[in-house]
Amino acid sequence: MDFILQGLIEAIKLLAAGGGETYSAIFTTLKVSTISIIASLILGIPLGFLLGYAEFPGRRFCRTLADTLLALPTVVVGLLVYAFISRRGPFGDLGLLFTLPGIAIGQTILALPIVISLTASAIEGLDQRLRLTLLTLGASGRQLALTSLREGLFAVLIASVTAYGRIISEVGVSMMLGGNIKWYTRTITTAMALETNKGEFAMGLALGIVLLIIAFTVNAILSILKMRAGI
Amino acid sequence: MERKRMKPWKILALTAILATQLLLPGASASAGEPVLRMATTTSTDNTGLLDYLAPLFQKDTGIKLQWVAVGTGKALALGRNCDVSILFVHAPAAEKKFVKEGYGITRRKVMYNDFVIIGPKNDPARLKGLSIPTALKAVTGKNAVFVSRGDDSGTHKKELSLWKAASLQLPDKKKWYIQTGQGMLTTIKVAEERSGYTLVDRGTYIKYESQNQGNPRLVILVEGDKSLMNQYSIIAINPESCDKAAYNRTLGFIGWITAPKAQKHIADFRLLGKQLFIPNAEQ
Repeated sequence: MDFILQGLIEAIKLLAAGGGETYSAIFTTLKVSTISIIASLILGIPLGFLLGYAEFPGRRFCRTLADTLLALPTVVVGLLVYAFISRRGPFGDLGLLFTLPGIAIGQTILALPIVISLTASAIEGLDQRLRLTLLTLGASGRQLALTSLREGLFAVLIASVTAYGRIISEVGVSMMLGGNIKWYTRTITTAMALETNKGEFAMGLALGIVLLIIAFTVNAILSILKMRAGI
Repeated sequence: MERKRMKPWKILALTAILATQLLLPGASASAGEPVLRMATTTSTDNTGLLDYLAPLFQKDTGIKLQWVAVGTGKALALGRNCDVSILFVHAPAAEKKFVKEGYGITRRKVMYNDFVIIGPKNDPARLKGLSIPTALKAVTGKNAVFVSRGDDSGTHKKELSLWKAASLQLPDKKKWYIQTGQGMLTTIKVAEERSGYTLVDRGTYIKYESQNQGNPRLVILVEGDKSLMNQYSIIAINPESCDKAAYNRTLGFIGWITAPKAQKHIADFRLLGKQLFIPNAEQ
């Protein structure tokens, strides 16, 4: 018990002190996860909207594919992206392995199915009567789509929060594509996975606390939005 | 109703603004600096040697050193794939092969220390003071827990060669033979939890000692054999096969670390007053 208590005290001291290795990992995580979530939303929302709104051949297959990829293991993403961005791979000349953009590519691929699938579900779940009402009121196709998107906005927001949770908590992609380089690609999760058992227990705890705070903040924002929206 | 729906957008916009501000300083800070990327063994990283050398190197040359700490086997693979420009490793036989195959050039010795076998203080298999082959036979005979790196690292390669030299079959699937597949300090922690023996380089052992305020649960039991020599070398990745390798920076590092000044830094690197690595670059 002493060991854990002391670790906790050390962890709080580390967080209070600011700077150093702990904060470097925190900022790296925030930086790379922000890039990843923005990229996956930019790519995923239009695709998800299309998948939920439009009718086209092969739609059902695409939908099943997106749903299957929800369970994509992080290490598989890491491995695949590694093969592509290693110097010997097709995109090797870009020099992306062991860099933040390298991690961001992997995390974006990881989050994309979540954004696509949940957005599609949200659009599909809209009240069909809305569409009919709008049509009878003489809305154009574009107006119809825009209204649907707006109605589905809140659900899309939930998709973003879910995707962000996945991004911020993953460790496989960051480890394989980032390489846990100190001061550069060492994120909260890689530091916890790889540094804690080297004896940096307090740092691991401190980072764990921060990870929980981030998760809590994101979900608190979501629940406030829920309340405002009256759901 | 309309007003309420605008809120999520506002928050998204705010997040985006925050995000860009968060990203900008990081982007500008890393743009100008020349970076040298190295793959290295876990012992140079775990001990803190590179944390100590990197700022000194940057001060002297302006080059920022970034390293990925993996086993020597993986480090060689990263070199073969041109994913790093320089290797700092400790498996001489594999290194020579690497250079002979044309992946690396200018291999230079940097420093050495030695391997030791450590184990619980009560020493259940009575290894204390034995020679390496008899010690390994005692481990096998008693089915004592032995923790192996199992990650194709320099230490793992050395351990495999020791079993072979003792004419023992590798206890690959034995219950008492634990292969962690992880770095040195982590492997020591596993040995500590399971009260087992393990092979470790002296540098990492001293680091572990200092983490435990000089009173660790695992102590040195077997040491001093000639076969336990542990040589660290540096290899430049061949710029011919990896055109993008930052060859000039690589040569800069090789020149720097083999010069008397950095060699003295290595000799000065101590924990608990003990020297971890002995420099031996040939001038």
